[in-house]
Amino acid sequence: MSSIISIKNVHYTYPGDEFESLCGIDLEIEKGSFVAVLGHNGSGKSTLAKHLNAILTPTEGEVLVNGMSTNDEDKLIDIRRTVGMVFQNPDNQIVANVVEDDVAFAPENLGVEPQEIRKRVDNALKQVDMYEFRLHAPHLLSGGQKQRVAIAGVIAMEPEVIVLDEPTAMLDPKGREEVISTVTKLCREKGITVVLITHHMSECIGSDRVIVMSNGHVIADDSPEKVFSQVELMKSEGLTVPATTELMFELNKNGWHLPLTALGVKECAKEIAKELK
Amino acid sequence: MLKDITLGQYFPGDTVVHRLDPRTKLLLVIVYIVGLFNSAGWASYAFVIIVTALSMAISKIKPKSALKGLKPLVIIIILTAVLNIFYTDGTPIVEGWIITWEGIERAVMMSLRIILLIVGTFMLTYTTSPIALTDGLEIMMGPLKKIKIPVHEMSMMMSMALRFIPTLIEETDKIMSAQKARGADFDSGNLFQRAKALLPILVPLFVSAFRRADELAVAMESRCYHGGKGRTRMKQMRMQGIDAWALVLGAVFLAAIFVMKRFGL
Repeated sequence: MSSIISIKNVHYTYPGDEFESLCGIDLEIEKGSFVAVLGHNGSGKSTLAKHLNAILTPTEGEVLVNGMSTNDEDKLIDIRRTVGMVFQNPDNQIVANVVEDDVAFAPENLGVEPQEIRKRVDNALKQVDMYEFRLHAPHLLSGGQKQRVAIAGVIAMEPEVIVLDEPTAMLDPKGREEVISTVTKLCREKGITVVLITHHMSECIGSDRVIVMSNGHVIADDSPEKVFSQVELMKSEGLTVPATTELMFELNKNGWHLPLTALGVKECAKEIAKELK
Repeated sequence: MLKDITLGQYFPGDTVVHRLDPRTKLLLVIVYIVGLFNSAGWASYAFVIIVTALSMAISKIKPKSALKGLKPLVIIIILTAVLNIFYTDGTPIVEGWIITWEGIERAVMMSLRIILLIVGTFMLTYTTSPIALTDGLEIMMGPLKKIKIPVHEMSMMMSMALRFIPTLIEETDKIMSAQKARGADFDSGNLFQRAKALLPILVPLFVSAFRRADELAVAMESRCYHGGKGRTRMKQMRMQGIDAWALVLGAVFLAAIFVMKRFGL
């Protein structure tokens, strides 16, 4: 598969800061993949996310989206319509008083024809299962619903990549589940590339690739099974591993021989059952 | 508690007046004001009153809610009346008094004019949602863009403010509860003490409002917002048959007023 975003030796220092928030990141994000970026607070994961659609531009190095450099101001709109972004606080990214008007915001900005906007809006709302709420006022929706409206607002732009910057941090478990399953569906069924920034390990299980960040460096970058089986590394970074891995890790300490790669609850149970026989 | 405040004066409904294009309604309000200020005699006033009552009936607005809007202006109305009674020359009611018949007549007319002005313009906000109103204003003021007036930005700011009112009210409620939980007292003391007690609410509210504004700006940029240039709208405003009829009626109204003025009625 070809890569849609290439991050080449990116350094970034916030204005007025002494320390670099990103210290030389090199990544290729493949088209259609589901990438999770993990890290504790201040690891630079949100800073990295903001580089993907040119909200921030690198102090050194280059980010290429479909071959367009984010340093190139003329390409700004093209980059932003290719890489959509969903933020943490759903309240602060909804701009209109009616759900469907909010979803229409991005295509309106892009100057799409009215009938085409209508089609895109209905389509986007159906994809996130919010169609029946199209005439509601956003402030009366639940957190998970608001966040799905925000996702619909990005889909209506017809982006190739959706970057979600801790979209579940302010949600209850039900809302979290709604958002993650919506995003997974978009990636698997519509082939949209998803970059999910999170600190919930359980949200990474369904991804193709997990990138772990710490102090502006990438410290692990592999399939979720392989990343989470490095339990000690994760713990030294102040990150927890999924509960299943944790269980098997603790059992192994007591002389069991379980593979740490079984992340799902079912796979984990199977491995333990096998071991018990 | 704070959530119960009704915002704006919009009463949703499905009458002919509600369905009119906001631009038509804006134009009609202008026509109404011009008509009102050109009514000189009792006959024209009676005519304006009848027209106002009729349009209120059509848009199913209860007289009570219309009068409610007058409440804050009672003082101004009384003041106008009193000044007109005492400062108009003419034949005194009783020999030697400064109150004149002309004064009383003018006082009544002036108060009526203010009352009708307010009731008439409230009809617009009662029957038009704030968003439709800002959209209508933006389109109508479109030509002003030529002389570098940021019409789009102004209407964007207005609709954004409307969008965030419920969010900020909710937040105020939360902050107040948090302060109350720590023993703050908002309900007792004199005016100054109460105003002072509000300070610990305003500071966090402002800080968070600015943070919100910042995040919102980034979110808008991420969705390709770059001002009004080249922007389209999903919901096109379209003038329909009823709009044309309403405008014709408006023209008839204005013509009638001018005819009456010509004959001094």
